[in-house]
Amino acid sequence: MALDESIVGRSYTAARPYEVGREKIRDFAGAIGDANPAYRDADAAKKFGHGDVIAPPTFAIVITRDTSGQLITDPELRLALHRVLHGEQRFAYTRPITAGDVLTSTLTIDGVKHSKGMDIVSTRTEIATVDGELVCTALSTLFHRPEDDS
Amino acid sequence: MAALVRYDEVEVGTELPGQAFPIQRVNLVMYAGASGDFNLIHWNDRVAKAVGLPGVIGHGMFTMAEAGRLVTDWVGDPGAVVEYGVRFSKPVVVPDDDTGATLQVTGRVRKKLDDRRVEVEVTAVSGEEKVLSQARAIVQLV
Repeated sequence: MALDESIVGRSYTAARPYEVGREKIRDFAGAIGDANPAYRDADAAKKFGHGDVIAPPTFAIVITRDTSGQLITDPELRLALHRVLHGEQRFAYTRPITAGDVLTSTLTIDGVKHSKGMDIVSTRTEIATVDGELVCTALSTLFHRPEDDS
Repeated sequence: MAALVRYDEVEVGTELPGQAFPIQRVNLVMYAGASGDFNLIHWNDRVAKAVGLPGVIGHGMFTMAEAGRLVTDWVGDPGAVVEYGVRFSKPVVVPDDDTGATLQVTGRVRKKLDDRRVEVEVTAVSGEEKVLSQARAIVQLV
């Protein structure tokens, strides 16, 4: 069944804060093949004015995994991961994600549209420290192919 | 923030050094592990074909990350990227062979903004297809 506008405004908060670790950043940078020293060497990151190693600009997607997982598995929405395609992604940073950050996130469904048999769901995820400092806003658009039995 | 690129030294149209990124299945496996995105369409041909794809496709976020390296390599300090957004216009099909796919990435300064910031436009092509559209980053220069 296609999604309708009644889900706009629905929100999900991360079950627990995400603690950003140096080794996780190193792993992520390795997976994207990026040797930038700011991801691996605290002294190099400090030369750029950061407190510790920082994360690549797209690392925020890892922080949003908790809430996007809640969205995908929300039984009332009847989404399925393999029927979801990522349409758009945007990150706006107030500062880089830095090792040692303890971050929480809240995803809100901003809109639902329909095109060519697909549900188009736009979401906004605000990533902030547990002390309330906004670090990053992540905007996503997901294309969802509803089940055939609708 | 301490970028290596000076605002006064760039113009609209200044080109970023282009790069080619090879993408093989192993890269998708590594990205799945590091990102936690285990969507079957990124590693299972059977499921990818069942949902109408030509085969396993790369994570959009992996393409976005690779294209972003053009910007962070140029500016030096990745923390200078204050905004980065893309539209995933075509999937990157990654065949299960020894070659895989290649992502060709180019970029140019699209606008000079206030506060010593610039907007960079990135173009990412795999095969003959433009796989990202409206791929733009706002970068804080010095």
